[in-house]
Amino acid sequence: MSDVPSPAPDSLTLRFVNDPAVIERVLSAFVEAAERHGYSKASRFAVRLALQEGIVNAFRHGHRNLPPDATVEAHYDVNPAEIRLWIHDSGPGFDPSSIPDPTLDENLETPSGRGIMLMRAYMSRVTFNAQGNRVEMIYSKPKSPAGAA
Amino acid sequence: MPGSESRLRVRRQDNVTQIEFIDRNILDEANIQMIGEEISGLVDAEKAPKLLISFTNVDHLSSAALGTLITINNKVRAKSGQLKLANIDPQIYEVFVITRLNRLFQIHETTDEAMKSFK
Repeated sequence: MSDVPSPAPDSLTLRFVNDPAVIERVLSAFVEAAERHGYSKASRFAVRLALQEGIVNAFRHGHRNLPPDATVEAHYDVNPAEIRLWIHDSGPGFDPSSIPDPTLDENLETPSGRGIMLMRAYMSRVTFNAQGNRVEMIYSKPKSPAGAA
Repeated sequence: MPGSESRLRVRRQDNVTQIEFIDRNILDEANIQMIGEEISGLVDAEKAPKLLISFTNVDHLSSAALGTLITINNKVRAKSGQLKLANIDPQIYEVFVITRLNRLFQIHETTDEAMKSFK
């Protein structure tokens, strides 16, 4: 599959090249599905950001030395209790623990390294496979009033 | 070619270069690079640049966009200039807080407040 069906499904797996228009359609479809399942604006912003960072990182870093037709596979699954995402790139992988903490004073002026920390900040759980070319994320719908629609 | 069009609205007021983004979402790598180059050009054109970047209309931005802002901030500071940010949506401001970039950048609620803060 190379494009996003309409209306947005609750669960979607898509393989695509680095095309901003397709990426935007994936993000919009996710937001539509999350809204349908009662996720608040803040929750939708948080998870959209994590999905966007995962996809952008996959192309930007994972595919750095790959031809432009190399594809990334991305998945979301939304239900009323939680959202599951994974992004799998075609690159050789990386060691996530090698990324320095961008919030340390000495790294504040460094222009890169914030994608993963944002994913970790906004999602309930973020894990990488051993090769480091697939990230899986889970977002649990908050039970507090802040998570209400 | 759509990619060659400016993604910024730029105007001068009281010796300050005011910049607004045209796009609601600043995510696309090519766009971010173009925005970075265009703003860098504005910084290069002045001795001690005074820049105000307004985020009115911006709904989403990526960590790559934050990286470009940091690069611009470094360039402005290297020329003893001033860079201020304004009109940042609360959810995007939270991204600045999480990354602690609210400590690096001078962020103001409105354009007026930012304009008054220039020295």
